[in-house]
Amino acid sequence: MARYGMVIDTVRCVGCMDCVVACKTENEVPEGLCRDWIVTEVRGTAPQPRLEIRSERCNHCDNPPCVWCCPTGASHIEPFGRLVQITAERCIGCKACLAACPYDARYVHPRGYADKCTFCVHRVQQGLAPACVAVCPTHCMHFGDLDDPNSEVSRLLHERRGHVLLPEAGTRPRIHFLT
Amino acid sequence: MPQLTRRRFLQISAAGLGAAAAGAVPTVMSSVPAGAARAGEVRTVPTFCDVCFWKCGAIAYVKGGRLWKVEGNPEDPLSRGRLCPRGTGGVGAHFDPRRLTAPLVRRQRRGAEEWAAVTWDEALDLVAGRMRQIRDRYGPEAMALFSHGIGGNFLKHTLRAYGTPNVCAPSYAQCRGPRDVGFLLTFGEEVGSPERTDIRNARCLTLLGSHLGENMHNTQAQEFADAVGTGATIIVADPRTSVAASKAKHYLPIKPGTDTALLLAWMNVLVREGLYDRDYVARYGYGFEAFAAEIAPYTPEWAYPVTGIAPEVIRETAREMARHRPASLVHPGRHVTWYGDDAQRSRAVALLNALLGTWGRKGGFYAPSSMTVPPYPYPPYPESKRGKADNPGNRYPFAEEVITNGLREATLTGRPYPIKGWMVYATNLLHALPNEAETIRAIQALDLLVVVDVIPSEIAGWADVVLPEPVYLERYDDLNVELFREPFVALRQPVVDPPADQKPNWWIARQLALRLGLGAYYPWKDIEEYLDHRLRAAGYSLGELRQKGIVRGPQPPIYFEEGVPAEFPTPSGKIEFYSNQLRAAGHDPVPKYRPTPEPPPGSFRLLYGRAPVHSFSRTQTNPILHEMMPENEVWLNDDVARRLGLRSGDRVRLRNQNQILSNPVRVKATPRIRGDCVYVVHGFGHTARGLGRDAARGASDAGLITRYVVDPLMGGTGMSVNFVTLEPEA
Amino acid sequence: MITELTSTRANHLVDPSLQVWGWEIPVNLFLGGLVAGMMVIAGYFLLSGRGRRTNCVCFLLPGLSVVLLSLGMLALFLDLEHKPYFWRLYTTFMPTSPMSWGAWILVLVYPGLLLNMLLRLPEALRRAVPVLAAWSDRLGAVPGVARIVGGVNVGLGVLLGVYTGVLLSAMGARPLWNSALLGPLFLTSGLSSAAAFVHMVAPEPEERVLLAKADNTFLGLELVLIGLFLVGLASSARAHIEAVALFFGGPFTALFWVGVVGLGIVVPLLIQTLAVRHRIVHTPVAPVLVIAGGLLLRFVIVYAGQLSRWTLA
Repeated sequence: MARYGMVIDTVRCVGCMDCVVACKTENEVPEGLCRDWIVTEVRGTAPQPRLEIRSERCNHCDNPPCVWCCPTGASHIEPFGRLVQITAERCIGCKACLAACPYDARYVHPRGYADKCTFCVHRVQQGLAPACVAVCPTHCMHFGDLDDPNSEVSRLLHERRGHVLLPEAGTRPRIHFLT
Repeated sequence: MPQLTRRRFLQISAAGLGAAAAGAVPTVMSSVPAGAARAGEVRTVPTFCDVCFWKCGAIAYVKGGRLWKVEGNPEDPLSRGRLCPRGTGGVGAHFDPRRLTAPLVRRQRRGAEEWAAVTWDEALDLVAGRMRQIRDRYGPEAMALFSHGIGGNFLKHTLRAYGTPNVCAPSYAQCRGPRDVGFLLTFGEEVGSPERTDIRNARCLTLLGSHLGENMHNTQAQEFADAVGTGATIIVADPRTSVAASKAKHYLPIKPGTDTALLLAWMNVLVREGLYDRDYVARYGYGFEAFAAEIAPYTPEWAYPVTGIAPEVIRETAREMARHRPASLVHPGRHVTWYGDDAQRSRAVALLNALLGTWGRKGGFYAPSSMTVPPYPYPPYPESKRGKADNPGNRYPFAEEVITNGLREATLTGRPYPIKGWMVYATNLLHALPNEAETIRAIQALDLLVVVDVIPSEIAGWADVVLPEPVYLERYDDLNVELFREPFVALRQPVVDPPADQKPNWWIARQLALRLGLGAYYPWKDIEEYLDHRLRAAGYSLGELRQKGIVRGPQPPIYFEEGVPAEFPTPSGKIEFYSNQLRAAGHDPVPKYRPTPEPPPGSFRLLYGRAPVHSFSRTQTNPILHEMMPENEVWLNDDVARRLGLRSGDRVRLRNQNQILSNPVRVKATPRIRGDCVYVVHGFGHTARGLGRDAARGASDAGLITRYVVDPLMGGTGMSVNFVTLEPEA
Repeated sequence: MITELTSTRANHLVDPSLQVWGWEIPVNLFLGGLVAGMMVIAGYFLLSGRGRRTNCVCFLLPGLSVVLLSLGMLALFLDLEHKPYFWRLYTTFMPTSPMSWGAWILVLVYPGLLLNMLLRLPEALRRAVPVLAAWSDRLGAVPGVARIVGGVNVGLGVLLGVYTGVLLSAMGARPLWNSALLGPLFLTSGLSSAAAFVHMVAPEPEERVLLAKADNTFLGLELVLIGLFLVGLASSARAHIEAVALFFGGPFTALFWVGVVGLGIVVPLLIQTLAVRHRIVHTPVAPVLVIAGGLLLRFVIVYAGQLSRWTLA
């Protein structure tokens, strides 16, 4: 079975938020909440500050603390793509997973269950890319099987330099940012 | 939890694909119910976007009878199947709770925003009656139309048939006009919209204040990312470390208002070091020797104290540009009405491009083409004896479109003749034109102000009659027959019904024409008949376009090297390094640097720009886009902020040189801007009551732009000439 | 060095800092700890043979514990966002989830407490529910039953007390909580609060003195654990050092040092030391301070922990 992940090219990304808007409409994310977001990191000082702009979301970690802390199995690793998913009708809304996620990628859906990025599994199952990836006007986002050495994401990781977020948290995140 | 086996996955995929081919995709019930979207039958409708003027091809999805999402049409060469965030968020325009719903007639003094809702007949009779009065009393030229976007085409038609030549758009004198004039004077042709810039193939791209990526004109932003991604050299001169600047190999934090000096110094290096395209200049250039003599004094050493850019940086970047020529594009920008000398600065951009040999070349400026779709055969418009009112005595000799501020002035002064009626379509003049007070004074001199729009903008608040239009996802508009890299024709068609009694512009324009006795100009009964007639004349049909949304033509040659004839429709028939036209009109035949006044100590120059999630002042009530960016911030250099005791998130008001005070706005203390200017994104800080409290958030740059400098060549309004101080909010 | 970091995310309960848990969780953790301590004390008394005395406090505690624990569970329930699905806790056991452990520990704790209650039913209850009385008598007839029930209660109490700390310390994402000492600390704090509580309600003066002495030991141990907890964080990774700074100049400095450490531990420790040495008389002042301090400790740790996060360098 595949192990889906993303490779996001921060060199191309302009932080336009199209990924955020596309996610909102595709997944009908309730008002005031988002499953993905843009972080702009500035290093250095004027007149030559350096920027890294990142489209961030649930990292679908290989070692997902949100899953480990869930008391009911609502948060789980789905066999399909080994994605971290939530079953709403198992979730009791204890919010342990929100507290456990070092990326703060989750929120409480107004209906009461924990919610987050699904990697648009409903699209992936149809052979489509996640909405954020498919919409990106800069083509900076790539989605695919990290275990397949011939996939585009694997090739990019092989060819380019990149990093993951908070490697020290030990979560082994599956979104890689190329620099 | 049902486990998804591979077999089941394949079944789902097959079902999905089969249904997609049939045009309706059933929602696949995910094995992951959390956040799974609403179920319901899905249908798709191709159309083109209207959140900005780029007009990207889109496919709208309706699920269970409700508008769901909009995606790019893969067939569309503008979007290449990917919309920008505004286009993706265009769904929100349909659901905007602040939309106009019924025709409104003013009940109290102008600007009080007190209305009576009336029927369409009442509203149209009222407008047509007043227009007849104006025509009888002052002549048809006393009506002016201010219009933005393709939706204004039918109103333009009605107004031209009515007999007025005073049809204008702020996109000229408040935006791209100086650029087009600068290029016309040099190459004999405009840059156009979409710009004929071949960014995709550029190996070196130079941007002056142009913040592609924040300015999300889709094709440009996509090609910019392509250029960055494929390792093209990016050179950016901007007082602010824009997103584009952050991608640059060379970022030049230039002092605001000194771009012409930098351009002259770059040209000086190219000429002095013999790096320019000698062959190209010799073949196509006119007056190069005189030009070379004129720019000889503008050395990098001269430019250093003016621009703040070190001579070696100017030399290095000039050499870098030359190294990649002709695929070395100096971007002409779009919103270039900055300091009042903008046409001359744009001419300097054009000349720099000419030295690099980019016009007509791959990686420079391509030659655009369009489909042949004949216009609908109408009777000719009546000739105006008095001509246009915006430019009396040809004061601005190189204006080739109608000047909005010229019409405003004519309205105020009654000269060269009175303007008594304004019709305003889809442009919020109070945020688009500089000096709101002047616009309001002009409005007070009118007998009629009609606003046709989708939201109750500030200009609608001053109207006598407001006519509500469906948003683009609910209506037909004219065909988009674009001049672009490749020819195509695109259709906008209704996806869902308008939520209330809104009527499309074509219907309004036609109804007005009928009431004004101009029925001969509307031989068609409805727009489908009109569209089908035009499409059939081009060899297509409305049915075909309704299904495909877009039809593309064969790709013609677009570069000189592909056989495009190198023609320059200037007086000399060549690229005019030296312009006799300009000299004859009393202007510099070769651009000179003329300093713009600097802010007094303690004040900052107010710069403004775009955000990727909003279009002008028109999207702040779109619930999706509002959520993406609910307010603007005032960018302030972090060292300066520390000195002023301000931190990011603090609320301040901006006070300009005329003591105009803005709404409270949050500070963004950042190393990404020079210390002599502040920056806000345009379009926020609304005051119109109908737009509500959420749209009032942030500061309105338009309100603070009370001072402007008119471009002597073409009448554009330079607006980056206002100075502000920051006043902390308690 | 990062000079500016901005995010477009503004999710409710998450931004600008995590606020998923309000008063309910600290109250639940406190009551859980208090009950844990009471179970250990009651169990110890049973084990040590004090249960043979008629008015031993150990017969008062199980009933009180059931009430307090249920209040704590109510607080936890109130915190749940998806309440109708509460029962899902008991359709599975997730060995990696402290909360799942907690849910199942409670399933054992209630019977443990009820067994303890049955050992000596209050007279009123005996008369009201004869069946219970019969069961109580039957239980009393089992040889050595007091020691067994006592042992079970001590064991379950320790489990419950440690659980209240482990629940937080398992959250690697919140550096402040990320200490193995949080379990022992919360257990000790629960014991000290329980000792203080029992000190106030115990009918026999001898027991009261005994509990005051025990409480002093627990408070002393708590001080040591707090010291180790802080040292552990301060000598760990950058995120942990930043987290512990919440108590050293950060927004929780005064509340922690004056409230939790000063008024909640040091002051009552001094008062009770003097009282135990008969320099002053026993008053409820010290136990009330200890109990309030125990509650405040849970509030401070839960709230400050949510402010602590991993950030990029």
